[in-house]
Amino acid sequence: MPTNVLYLIEVLANGLMAGVMYSLVALGFVLIFKASGIFNYAQGVMALFAALTLAGIMEGQVPFAHMINAVFGTKIHHFGWHVPALAAIAMTVLVMIAFAWAVQRFVFRHLVGQEPIILFMATIGLAYFLEGVGDLMWGSDIKTLALGLPQGGSRWLEDATAGWGGDDFYGFFIDKLDIVATGVAIVLVASLIAFSQYTKHGRAMRAVADDHQAALSVGISLNFIWILVWSLAGFVALVAGIMWGAKSGVQFSLSLIALKALPVLMLGGFTSIPGAIVGGLIIGMGEKLFEYTFGPMIGGATENWFAYVLALIVLVFRPQGLFGEKIIERV
Amino acid sequence: MFYREAGDFKTTYQEDSQTFPIKFDRWRYWAVLAVAYLFIPFVINDYWASAVFIPFLIYSIAAIGLNILTGYCGQVSLGTGGFMAVGAFACYKLMTAFPDVNIIFHIIISGGVTAAVGAAFGLPSLRIKGFYLAVATLAAQFFLVWLFNKVAWFYNYSASGQINAPERFVGNVAVTGPNADAWAKYLICLVFLTVCALIARNLTRGAIGRTWMAIRDMDIAAEIIGVNPLRAKLMAFAVSSFFIGVSGAMFFAIYLGAVEVGEAFGIQKSFLVLFMIIIGGLGSIFGSFAGAAFLVILPVALKLVGVDLLGFPTDLVSHFQLVIIGALIMFFLIKEPHGLAQLWRLAKEKLRLWPFPY
Amino acid sequence: MNAEPDTYVTADGRTIGGVLMDLRNITLRFGGVEAIKDISFGIREGEIRAIIGPNGAGKSSMLNVISGFYIPQEGEVYFRGERRPQLKPYQVARQGIARTFQNIALFEGMSVLDNIMTGRLNHMKSGFLKQMIWKGAAEREETENREHVERVIDFLQIQAIRKTPVGRLPYGLKKRVELARALAADPSLLLLDEPMAGMNVEEKEDMSRFILDVNDEFGTTIALIEHDMGVVMDLSDSVVVMDYGRKIGDGTPDEIRNNQEVIDAYLGVSHD
Repeated sequence: MPTNVLYLIEVLANGLMAGVMYSLVALGFVLIFKASGIFNYAQGVMALFAALTLAGIMEGQVPFAHMINAVFGTKIHHFGWHVPALAAIAMTVLVMIAFAWAVQRFVFRHLVGQEPIILFMATIGLAYFLEGVGDLMWGSDIKTLALGLPQGGSRWLEDATAGWGGDDFYGFFIDKLDIVATGVAIVLVASLIAFSQYTKHGRAMRAVADDHQAALSVGISLNFIWILVWSLAGFVALVAGIMWGAKSGVQFSLSLIALKALPVLMLGGFTSIPGAIVGGLIIGMGEKLFEYTFGPMIGGATENWFAYVLALIVLVFRPQGLFGEKIIERV
Repeated sequence: MFYREAGDFKTTYQEDSQTFPIKFDRWRYWAVLAVAYLFIPFVINDYWASAVFIPFLIYSIAAIGLNILTGYCGQVSLGTGGFMAVGAFACYKLMTAFPDVNIIFHIIISGGVTAAVGAAFGLPSLRIKGFYLAVATLAAQFFLVWLFNKVAWFYNYSASGQINAPERFVGNVAVTGPNADAWAKYLICLVFLTVCALIARNLTRGAIGRTWMAIRDMDIAAEIIGVNPLRAKLMAFAVSSFFIGVSGAMFFAIYLGAVEVGEAFGIQKSFLVLFMIIIGGLGSIFGSFAGAAFLVILPVALKLVGVDLLGFPTDLVSHFQLVIIGALIMFFLIKEPHGLAQLWRLAKEKLRLWPFPY
Repeated sequence: MNAEPDTYVTADGRTIGGVLMDLRNITLRFGGVEAIKDISFGIREGEIRAIIGPNGAGKSSMLNVISGFYIPQEGEVYFRGERRPQLKPYQVARQGIARTFQNIALFEGMSVLDNIMTGRLNHMKSGFLKQMIWKGAAEREETENREHVERVIDFLQIQAIRKTPVGRLPYGLKKRVELARALAADPSLLLLDEPMAGMNVEEKEDMSRFILDVNDEFGTTIALIEHDMGVVMDLSDSVVVMDYGRKIGDGTPDEIRNNQEVIDAYLGVSHD
């Protein structure tokens, strides 16, 4: 097989893996949007916040230490213990549920029935707020997540494929973490679908997504469902935060994955879970492919905008995205 | 007591639709202008100019621009930073290519270039609506910043990728470059802001403004009463981008002097200007001023109180700033979607009746 | 249709002219559903034309075809004797066709005055530069149009709420403001989609009076959809009856009252 075809395959495979990561974030968006019509820009910051909290708890950091020190002149920083990973994850989930409750109680309960664009702008405010709180709680230095996830390229795959092309082909390079992330994403999606199809609360969630008024009239508590979806989105954010955090450290740039997920959603449609996944894969592969083929010609770093321009072009021809429901305008 | 409309009878429709229907407001308006033009230039120093006044004036222009698009025409844009970059780079190219032309023309033409770019990115708005469009404008943001970063022609192949404003004069007074005086920079910004605000007010008070607001409130109904939606939206995009381009050009040439595109015109800038109009008031020229003033003064004030007075570390204060801005955005969207401008209006309503409660 | 006399004078002395808007063999489908099946009728200059029929008969769709919001799959629209090409809704509006909506479609963020002023948009011609400068041409034009709008405001007796934001108005007044916005455009054909829906008797009487006055004073041709039979029979010069997308009757109120098919449709007699 010619070498450049093999490289192309490698590029596509890596794009696929990146796409899975995007899908993972996009999934959190879809969950909230379907149930409440809120387009949650803060999803990326939620991932950052969850990862920060997880790292902080594991390290035994004192929350708000920086602030307490500044006010009282003390010098506290760590409790001096380490929390095992699983326990820390459980505690982080609790924090995210508390966050979901607070968001619902103090912000979106007061914005019920507002236009989507107002809700969207509110979530931008929420993103700023949460980013500030995260920094105040845990400090803004880069943290590593020592969860023991596999790192680096897969030697096995590299060795197994090394002889395929010409002499200059050293085998496929695929990050082990990406493979794990793919596995996790598949499990997560499967369990979310199972949850929404086969459980009582899942059905209630779908009912709310379909029609608020009707759901209310059969005795579903909107408030509870909304807290539930924000919690689920918080959980998805935690998973995404762990994966991205393990890859490149827990730092501010992690919150920018939200910006990667937006075009995924525009492409896949905001209301479709399969759309989010397929959209993520298309964008992941598309941007890697574009960068590989055209990037060198026009200066590189096309990943910054390719996804958006692609989504924009698709939207002009299909305003509802590839998988969204058709928008019908009425007088 | 003095703040009354009683006894101030309007006998023509012109008088009825004037900007400040109450006499006291008209006096105050002239008083503010007098202070801005006749007092501040004589007392301004470098610190106040660069910390408060110049950014306030320039951001006000940007906020007016975004408010026309978002507040009046209802099209939310997250591409403000990118459009400001267009203005900045157009201005830089013009300044270096035609050094003999007055900078005032460069700034105006930069606005025109930005208007064309803005209208081009506004084309999808006919098909894409609401926050789909908001997200689509991010395409403009990222693409434009990337473009100015990667295509060396835009920064004249300088090694650093930065653009630097050469020294330019209005008359024989330097307004850009390191030797420009604070008062000169302040005055040129003030003149631009005054003209922009007047134009914005005139455009929004008449037929064009009503076209925009009709599109904002119900685009289908607007079309059925005879508004051409594409024309109205593109005009809003173009006018809005013109103002934003002017502000971007001034932000680069007069305020910063040297610019690295990703740093100065990144997505944070888009959000900052959006926050200004949310806090100040959507669909209000006055709100654009109020929001710009608020978000320019807030960090200065926080630093003054937090760092200088209480002795907190700088990073802690900047984290607090994020929390405060985020909380304020949510607060205003929940309690007062029309922002500071509406609070101001309500206060005036109260004042009109004072001292009687009804 | 051509066989009918060109003009006639009604019992109350108004002159009804020739056909202003002629709809010929209109068929409109949504996917597989035929909302309008091969309907033809004309609207004469100066008359009040009612379109009635049970819910889902296709009345609103018919109005949407006239105002250009729906494009029929078959059939032709003739306006002032000329075949109308496929136009966008805003182009139709510029030909002098104004309308109100079944579910009020006002601009909620604007004052009553501004809402009605939007009705004048097609009469305001001053360009971008003139509006930018404002003083002079644009201001003069604004004042002229404001005077016109004030006449409409006086006519509909809504002077007191001029500067109120539309969002704060009660339902009945909103309907009136919507009528004012349509009237401000000086339309040659006015389409009213259920102008009296959800009103009490008193409000209905007011609205009926306004409709008659508009027709009488300005000579505006009016096509309206209405469910209240009493109102329709009292107001209109001629009536079209629709059922399941078909036309089942067309004539003066008296003829319609005695039309067996119409009676059956309303009383629910089964079709054999």
